[in-house]
Amino acid sequence: MAQSLDRLKESPSQTAGPYVHIGLTPNFCGIGGVYASDLGSAMVNGETRGERIELRIRVLDGTGTPLKDALIEIWQADAEGLYNSPAELRGAADPNFLGWGRQPTDMETGVCLFQTIKPGRVPFRDGRLMAPHITLWIVARGINLGLHTRLYFSDEEKANDEDPILARIEHRLRVPTLIAERQGDTYVFDVHLQGEKETVFFDS
Amino acid sequence: MAERGSNQAPETGAFFQRDRQWHPPAFTPGYKSSVLRSPQKALLSFDNTISELTGPVFGHAMLGELDNDLIHNFAKAGESAIGERIIVHGRVLDERGKGVPGVLLEFWQANAGGRYRHKKDGYLAPLDANFGGCGRTIAGEDGFYAFRTVRPGPYPWPNGPNDWRPAHIHFSVFGQGFAQRLITQMYFEGDPLIWRCPIVGGISNTAAVEALIAALDMHATIPMDALAYKFDIVLRGRRSTLFENRPEGN
Repeated sequence: MAQSLDRLKESPSQTAGPYVHIGLTPNFCGIGGVYASDLGSAMVNGETRGERIELRIRVLDGTGTPLKDALIEIWQADAEGLYNSPAELRGAADPNFLGWGRQPTDMETGVCLFQTIKPGRVPFRDGRLMAPHITLWIVARGINLGLHTRLYFSDEEKANDEDPILARIEHRLRVPTLIAERQGDTYVFDVHLQGEKETVFFDS
Repeated sequence: MAERGSNQAPETGAFFQRDRQWHPPAFTPGYKSSVLRSPQKALLSFDNTISELTGPVFGHAMLGELDNDLIHNFAKAGESAIGERIIVHGRVLDERGKGVPGVLLEFWQANAGGRYRHKKDGYLAPLDANFGGCGRTIAGEDGFYAFRTVRPGPYPWPNGPNDWRPAHIHFSVFGQGFAQRLITQMYFEGDPLIWRCPIVGGISNTAAVEALIAALDMHATIPMDALAYKFDIVLRGRRSTLFENRPEGN
């Protein structure tokens, strides 16, 4: 016998369930007076640097029906490409931009809206620049382990073409599943959980 | 906005791969709503980039005085929630066994009768006027956390014709990188419903299920006040960066 590696196992995930709002967006589901506001509901203020954009996201099941009980979190760099995180060692991020947001999908329409800024480019492991992107984390009833994916931007064609992560997608037909369509100042993005148009999800 | 949890330099090594045999898979047909909500194509695997290695940090300033006291944070002045009064405590660790300080934990649950304060919950058990069901805290220097609440009741749900969820508390945990983000559920030692539940049953490994069962902890009880349960949460560990990306040597 060799020595024990003496490591723990990660706590197994479980679904967030249909009432995830109680814990993560209590004001949204009518539980007022406990928290002043829902965490992550406002990402920008008057001082935040960068181009204001709106993300209009839906999550669709295997029949194409929008999920009305999903919750999405996003994580992104600031306009200069710096993350507001202690693990960001390249410089200080915009103090008026946490870089993280959280929104439920609307209980009637399934639409999820974020008001944020367009992120700058950040480097891949080898120093090459990745295209501007926003990391998405999606939880809901019926999803056993939160799904990670990325949102890229349709008006960043050149950067997208040289993005090392997009380049890793073997089936090139699937690349557009990660690219949000620009309509004015809004980017429209449908996440397909399953089926022909299934979004590329990450194991990273 | 950000506040560091300790004086040590932040770690920036990539996180250990997730063991997806240990976690429940996406498609667990016994849990019916997973059938149309599970990706069928393979995931795209890659080593963490800075986008996954970084993550938001929340300062203690955001916390209200009663945020970690579900017995009182929704109750009228001088009143409290009905049910078995308990303390839930534990540590947030990573797979190396190190405490993970400064991370935000959020929890939500049904009341003592198994009823959620949510308009989509139509269960006939009544709401408790003094119970909201949400709480949060930030782990201390060693990853320690605690909150007080009432023990939630089991409740029926439309899956099989007679399925009941075991008593459980939902947990949401941030790590130090967004790739550690985790939502799970805590169950209670000795509950016979645990082993009948299709959501629990999505986890195939018995030891993995047991990792979600909190132990009765008599040493942490407060006599004549509250029982206690201990629930440790383990997040992904991470590699050392000492030997990474330095072809010229350290």
